[in-house]
Amino acid sequence: MAFEPVLLRNVGKPGVRQVAGYREAGGYKGLEKALGMEPDAVIEEVKASGLRGRGGAGFPAGLKWSFIPKGNDKPKYLVCNADESEPGTFKDRILMEQDPQQLIEGCAICCWAVSANTCYIYIRGEYVEQAEILEEAIRDAYANGILGDDVMGSGFKLDMYVHRGAGAYICGEETGMLESLEGRRGQPRIKPPFPAVVGAFGCPTVINNVETLCNVPHILERGADWYKSIGTDERNTGPKLYCVSGHVEKPGTYEFPIGVTMNQLIDTCGGMWRGAKLKAFIPGGASAAILPAKHADLPLDFDQLAKAGSMLGSAAVIVMDENTDIVRAVHRLAKFFNHESCGQCTPCREGTNWSELVLKKILAGKGNPGDAELILRICRNMGGTTLCALADAAVGPLRSLVQNFPEEIAAWIDNGGAGAEPRRYFAEEVLV
Amino acid sequence: MSEASEPRLPEEIREAIDALRPRYPTEEALLLPALHMAQRHWDGWLPDEAIAAVAHELNLTPAKVYGVVTFYDLYHQNPVGRHRLRVCTNLPCALRGAEEVLDSLRSHLQVDEDEVTADGKCSFVHFECLGACEQAPMMMVDDDYHAHLTPESVRRIVEELD
Repeated sequence: MAFEPVLLRNVGKPGVRQVAGYREAGGYKGLEKALGMEPDAVIEEVKASGLRGRGGAGFPAGLKWSFIPKGNDKPKYLVCNADESEPGTFKDRILMEQDPQQLIEGCAICCWAVSANTCYIYIRGEYVEQAEILEEAIRDAYANGILGDDVMGSGFKLDMYVHRGAGAYICGEETGMLESLEGRRGQPRIKPPFPAVVGAFGCPTVINNVETLCNVPHILERGADWYKSIGTDERNTGPKLYCVSGHVEKPGTYEFPIGVTMNQLIDTCGGMWRGAKLKAFIPGGASAAILPAKHADLPLDFDQLAKAGSMLGSAAVIVMDENTDIVRAVHRLAKFFNHESCGQCTPCREGTNWSELVLKKILAGKGNPGDAELILRICRNMGGTTLCALADAAVGPLRSLVQNFPEEIAAWIDNGGAGAEPRRYFAEEVLV
Repeated sequence: MSEASEPRLPEEIREAIDALRPRYPTEEALLLPALHMAQRHWDGWLPDEAIAAVAHELNLTPAKVYGVVTFYDLYHQNPVGRHRLRVCTNLPCALRGAEEVLDSLRSHLQVDEDEVTADGKCSFVHFECLGACEQAPMMMVDDDYHAHLTPESVRRIVEELD
């Protein structure tokens, strides 16, 4: 049975950025249905769908919503995480560019379910055009009674604002984002209390990723049972956007039922770049462990990837061919994490710095026999010892370099750089 | 220094900030939007004068504003070129030749990262993932994305800037 795109169904359709065109394409039926239901029933429907967060952690969305305390003594907020900064990830950009009303509808349903009257869309500062598209779509939604004092004639009041970040990966972390929204350095908070209890401006707050919220209108419109019928099993449900980059012929964002394999993605992307062979891939963005080519038939879902020692993360699939130097690739990622560590926790601030330095030394031909073990020791010091998950993320590629590609690191160390002609990231002839 | 000579935001920015006030329950939350506006006004960077003006407008200390400015990659504390180029060199772009694009740009402009060309036209930096990996290698010129760069095309793009 051919899979009909759900999240990307409006891509390229003229006029869908406006309410009228989006409605013509079948939009706003999910919100209409939700407003006719009790908020708790909406939460139950999303719980029943099995929807798990699409930002990286895979936390069940309905369960997250249910943590918001009932009662009206404090305002409640939804903060939509559009900070998309995980290297390799560009799905949320596509969703906001192509179908902003779908996101507004998902946000509105979530706000109704948790009784939030204000929604902030925190978008990374570099997405200037996408922020403008969203602003425009929000203005149109206000003008058409989707937002404002009387959402679709229900009496429900909802305001929605775009808030631009200013360039910091850590602001994609839930509480780093809240700090940034409140006008501070984006340094993650100590948890508990969790944002569901003490979030934005000290009030109960739901934080969901763009893609997560874009799933919600479809769950309401077509039902949890339909949604659950897509995917590998009851813990991995629904459609999923895979961002494929690196050494494939046609990199891009592709929608599949969750659980597609690397080989299927390579076929969809027109094969490997210039016909080279697959050496390795990162299935879930820079934070995920790098897997060797032998895993190319593994279903890319939350649980199968966890079993293989990696993770689905943001489903940013970075493909590396046989000419790729994995040590150089991991060094680049280590440099990224060193730059982006907020510096608050010592194990992360020091660990991300030392891991970059050790890899740099190896690539300068000055590696020592104990360096692989040294990298693992740095990983042990960073993992699970910090306020947020950035240090754990930095560990992902580092540990997989030593464990999955020992021969690559050994080649650099054994040859002392002499015989280790640095292989390139890419095939040189393309640049001519 | 007398009160009157202390740096203040221009009237149009103060009005724009006022328009955003109802969106947030605190003044502090206006800081990032205010800094974006101030940076645009002060030719793409934030001199001490701009930091003091934003701090005054939002009733914050300059030290607090300075702390926020130093945290974020999009705020600059030194003069920048009329056009700001940010070349993504993270892994997905590196796999498609980003380092060679950056080298080409560096030798063409004859300045290093964070320096301004003699004519004041350009400054460049390497940047972390810009979320457009399907366009790799890519860069941002001011607010716009440029896709599928080569060492030759990056020079052409610079030449075509005014």
